Amino acid sequence: MICASFLPRSVNLMLPPILTVQNLNVTFAAGAKQLCALENISFALRAREFICFLGPSGSGKTTLLRVLAGLQKPTAGAAQFQLAQTPKIGMVFQQANLMPWRTVLENIKLPLELEGVSDANAKLKAQELIELVGLRGFENSLPRDLSGGMAQRVGLARALIHNPDLLLLDEPFASLDALTRERMWGELSMIWQAKQKTVVMVTHSIHEALFLADRVLVLTQRPGKIKLDLPVNLPRPRADDVRYTHQFGEMAKKLRAAIE
Amino acid sequence: MKPFISRLLGVGSILLFIPLWELIVRVSGLPKFILPSPADVALRFVKALADGSLWIHTGQTLTEILLGLFFGASFATILGYFLAKSYLLESILAPYLVASQAIPIVAVAPLLALWLGPGSASKVLICSLIVFFPILVNTIVGVRAVPAALYDLLRALHATRWQILFKLEIPAALPVLLGGLRVGATLSVIGAIVGELVDAKQGLGFLLKLGDFQYDTSMVFVAVLMLAALALSLYGLVTLLEKKFLKWMK
Ligand SMILES: Nc1ncnc2c1ncn2[C@@H]1O[C@H](COP(=O)(O)OP(=O)(O)OP(=O)(O)O)[C@@H](O)[C@H]1O
Ligand SMILES: [Mg+2]
Repeated sequence: MICASFLPRSVNLMLPPILTVQNLNVTFAAGAKQLCALENISFALRAREFICFLGPSGSGKTTLLRVLAGLQKPTAGAAQFQLAQTPKIGMVFQQANLMPWRTVLENIKLPLELEGVSDANAKLKAQELIELVGLRGFENSLPRDLSGGMAQRVGLARALIHNPDLLLLDEPFASLDALTRERMWGELSMIWQAKQKTVVMVTHSIHEALFLADRVLVLTQRPGKIKLDLPVNLPRPRADDVRYTHQFGEMAKKLRAAIE
Repeated sequence: MKPFISRLLGVGSILLFIPLWELIVRVSGLPKFILPSPADVALRFVKALADGSLWIHTGQTLTEILLGLFFGASFATILGYFLAKSYLLESILAPYLVASQAIPIVAVAPLLALWLGPGSASKVLICSLIVFFPILVNTIVGVRAVPAALYDLLRALHATRWQILFKLEIPAALPVLLGGLRVGATLSVIGAIVGELVDAKQGLGFLLKLGDFQYDTSMVFVAVLMLAALALSLYGLVTLLEKKFLKWMK
């Protein structure tokens, strides 16, 4: 099979959507008042597409991911998956969100345990992912002994292990220092290309979005509406110095203007 | 080295206690039925051990303690879990639970003995009642403190209710649950003794009362020391459980 991510975007566009979000509204009750977190959100997501949501704090980015993960019911509209079975979700949270009583290996194999995979197989698969995210030698470490970046990589491995249909990333690198963060971009990019995942990622960083995504969607301040849907046509794999190209600069400018 | 030294000091101070006790007995010249010497107590201990009575009474009390702890802790943990999950249930039951705490269990012990007779049932019940509340409270606190983000993780992975219980709630709440059990273990000894002091034909509480009636103060001492040993063993058992299951907390 041809690896789609290396092909021109036009081919990627011909893949069927696996998720359509239509007129999605989410309203919270805030005391007596109503708080509209998301308003009229519509977009389609194709298989193997990597999209980023950018937006100011409180624009409903986390809320959107929670709807996609089935953790939050929309007030109106719907997020519909075009899949035969209920979608498998892999989620990376802003804080690594590991179980402190489980070792790295045990944390990573949790999704397989829940699926009833035999322990031997789950361990084998977890070991594979530990290699992938570069944590060999830390299998039996506890989360408290990991650095922030390592914990985040455990979270990523856990999100990937059960071969999810959709990967949801909520500012996964926000708590990391700049150097680690950029190394993680490279790693995530590689993993995404190798595993051919469909990804929705939330971020505050324009650089991060442009480095990783096929498309960047900008949300407005509350209530969150889609203000801009920008395709990112930068060639892949994207090297570090892609940020110095004219194209990158232009897109960054557009995004910055949209965020205000 | 440090923990070793502190342990050494602990053992030393206990060993020092015995000669001190002996000294007080000699200097004060108090009669044996008021303050027996360590040697008197040791002799009485050996005698009670030899005629088998100490085993029977200790076994009786230990059985009551363990049964009381088992029933009290099980019921408190299960009820606490549902209270933690449901604010509705909590608001309905809270007045009863708070009111029940205002009643000193010790004061109703005679009543329970009257209703349930002199057998072990009343002791087991008193034991259960006395350990119930602290374990209930700890369960509620522990289950409510399970991080919401971890619930999200499991729900996003389509975990079943049972999976959430066994893979998240129990391990996450375990430190607080064992904390409750630690308090309960100590209290359960008190519960059993209170029950036996009221009315019993057997058990360390009975031995205590018997010794008191017969001016056999050495035997009272033996019973008290036995009780302390039981409480310490239970406490140690919980500590052992913590060592085994809470390694990750160091
Ligand atoms: N469960 C909830 N109940 C009430 N209000 C909520 C709830 N969840 C989110 N909100 C509100 O909805 C709005 C959007 O929140 P959300 O967490 O989605 O923003 P965000 O874009 O992820 O922000 P940030 O970038 O700071 O993470 C906020 O105003 C928040 O207060
Ligand atoms: Mg957020």
